[in-house]
Amino acid sequence: MKKLLLATAIMASLTGVAIADDVKVGVLMGFTGPIESLTPNMAASAELAFKEVSDSGALLDGKKIVPVRSDSSCVDAAAATAAAERLVTSEKVVALVGASCSGETTAVVNNVAAPNGVLAISPSATSPALTSIADKGFFFRTAPSDARQGEVLAQIVKDRGINEVAITYTNNDYGKGLSESFSKAYEKLGGKIAINASHEDGKADYAAEVAALAASGAKDLVVFGYLDQGGKGIVQNALDTGAYKRFILADGMVGEKFAADLGAKIEGSFGTMAGGEYEGADAWNKIAEGAKIDPKGGPYRGESYDAAALISLAMQAAKSTDRAAIQAKIKDVANAPGEKILPGELAKGLKLIAEGKDVDYVGATNVEFDDAGDVPGSYREMEIKGGKFESMKIH
Amino acid sequence: MTDYLNALVVFANFVFVPALTYGCQLALGSLGVTMIYSVLRFSNFAQGETMAFGTVITIMVTWGLQSMGITLGFLPTALLALPIGILVTALLLLATDRYVYRYYRTKRSKSITFVMASLGVMFIMNGLVRLLLGPNDQNFADGERFFLSADAFRAWSGLDEALVIRTSQALTIILAIILVAALFWFLQRTKTGKAMRAYADNENLALLSGINPDRIVRITWIITAALATVAGVLYGLDKGYKPLSYYNLLLPIFAAVIVGGIGKPIGAIVGGFIIAFSEVIVTYAYKKVLTYVLPTDMAPDGLVQLLSTEYKFAVSFVILVIVLLVKPTGIFKGKVL
Repeated sequence: MKKLLLATAIMASLTGVAIADDVKVGVLMGFTGPIESLTPNMAASAELAFKEVSDSGALLDGKKIVPVRSDSSCVDAAAATAAAERLVTSEKVVALVGASCSGETTAVVNNVAAPNGVLAISPSATSPALTSIADKGFFFRTAPSDARQGEVLAQIVKDRGINEVAITYTNNDYGKGLSESFSKAYEKLGGKIAINASHEDGKADYAAEVAALAASGAKDLVVFGYLDQGGKGIVQNALDTGAYKRFILADGMVGEKFAADLGAKIEGSFGTMAGGEYEGADAWNKIAEGAKIDPKGGPYRGESYDAAALISLAMQAAKSTDRAAIQAKIKDVANAPGEKILPGELAKGLKLIAEGKDVDYVGATNVEFDDAGDVPGSYREMEIKGGKFESMKIH
Repeated sequence: MTDYLNALVVFANFVFVPALTYGCQLALGSLGVTMIYSVLRFSNFAQGETMAFGTVITIMVTWGLQSMGITLGFLPTALLALPIGILVTALLLLATDRYVYRYYRTKRSKSITFVMASLGVMFIMNGLVRLLLGPNDQNFADGERFFLSADAFRAWSGLDEALVIRTSQALTIILAIILVAALFWFLQRTKTGKAMRAYADNENLALLSGINPDRIVRITWIITAALATVAGVLYGLDKGYKPLSYYNLLLPIFAAVIVGGIGKPIGAIVGGFIIAFSEVIVTYAYKKVLTYVLPTDMAPDGLVQLLSTEYKFAVSFVILVIVLLVKPTGIFKGKVL
């Protein structure tokens, strides 16, 4: 009996050790829904950083990070909240990479991250409204706010000599925020907006929407939507009816799948996606290509890697896996001063932190958080050439 | 003169052709509902899902054919798969009749009992459809996309505006005309058709004159399966397959049936077109058309749009309510629900 008890106790302590070595981090993204063709590569990029950290063996005396994926659906606030709740309470993750779309992120921050004191870093939620959300300091994002994207895109459109556009936006936080910041900037520059109409995602038919947009008389159509959803439906119908030939697109529409499906027919269409001439770009391109992720083929891959890397470094700086302790260190590791850390150098960063030195994580996208947890960000001007998106210029 | 032609082309491209296509799809769907109503005397709520089921089977057969390398050239392969889709759907409907509706028929249950039973059938088919093909969008259109493309039209006419007719739109209109003609010929000219009409008019009298009721019921289900599958496949080819949009079709279909007069085949067709045209006409922005037609100084600044496109579905609701209030029997004096 004694032996049995002893054996049980040993077994229990052994399994206890095994669990203590693994740290769970949630990867909360819309794996189904309107951006389902973007999220697999984003999640893979985040997991790349976690793997790098785990393989180095330098994190908190050799702890491993186990990413736990969960589907936040992109559009359904209730589903996203439930998914985040599950990660936080039953999987006991120490932090979250996510969520992916603006509306669901608002719900996750308000209902789960802030009340439970769990750090959430979104690689792709871009609504301007998230800047002023009451997050108690637990929400950051590595993607820049659309307040800036709208301004950049308006300038590009004007520079190309286009003086009148029609706008259609997806009827949610992301579409509305972008449409507002774009219209404001474009009208300031002297541009005319013939019509600014919303569309609903998930409809079978966009004939009526396109008919109204075509009737406005503008020659170019700005689409603030999603490439797997209404945005694509609108472009497809506009092409079918011959209403528009050139489209102006924002980040939700810039992706390989969209170019593969419709690229040949929308030659000369252009748009913006987050990205730029960064110090860490070459290093990121190399590791991404090594993992079969095309770093320039779609948005938010570098941002996802950065979000994951920051969580790992903050954990090291906090010397614990405590949720609040991680949150307290995030700005220390992300911002200057300190030794600069590029993608692929996470092992070096972890060692420096362990030695008590200060680091400044630069990463794939020049991360530098302001007081609201936003990054300044720059944008890549993309254009369809030969049926594919090509990067033209950095703004 | 060219201005008027341009205006006409714009109107045809954005209003007339889409509405005509949508109207044909609604008409075929509504015919199924009206047939069931007149013969079996209940409103079949499972009609939308029946259309989805027929489409799912057709899509699966289409993929099978494509993987064997069989296509139809410039026409969509789905046309080849259509007969199998109809057959399987007919078998499913006959099975539901055998195991659900027949019980209530022999018990001579009230019409509302049938309606509730059909609601249950709808939910089961709803799940079945998603089990077979999942809840996601499927695109199964192949072959030539355009019957008349924008560039071809511009080159031919020399106008600024273009009229585009997609293959799926042309097919919808042609198939709808053939099917409706065949249905009316069947109902008016054949012995079975006449028996069906007699049974619908007066059940007891029909039974006395030796009409076999089981046979009439079976044929009604088979015709409904054919109409629903063709309507569903055409809708899917035209707008892409998505399970939820078939469920959403239920409202315009019932609106069409009631506006036309329930139980009247001709009413279902007219009702389908009324609903389709009013949805598109009310939500279209007329700025471009008016700019061509009116003198330059009178051209409108605004969009001249009566209702924003978000309210499209509300249009069928409003028409439905007005008809029920003003003329509950519908245009062709059908039955009152």
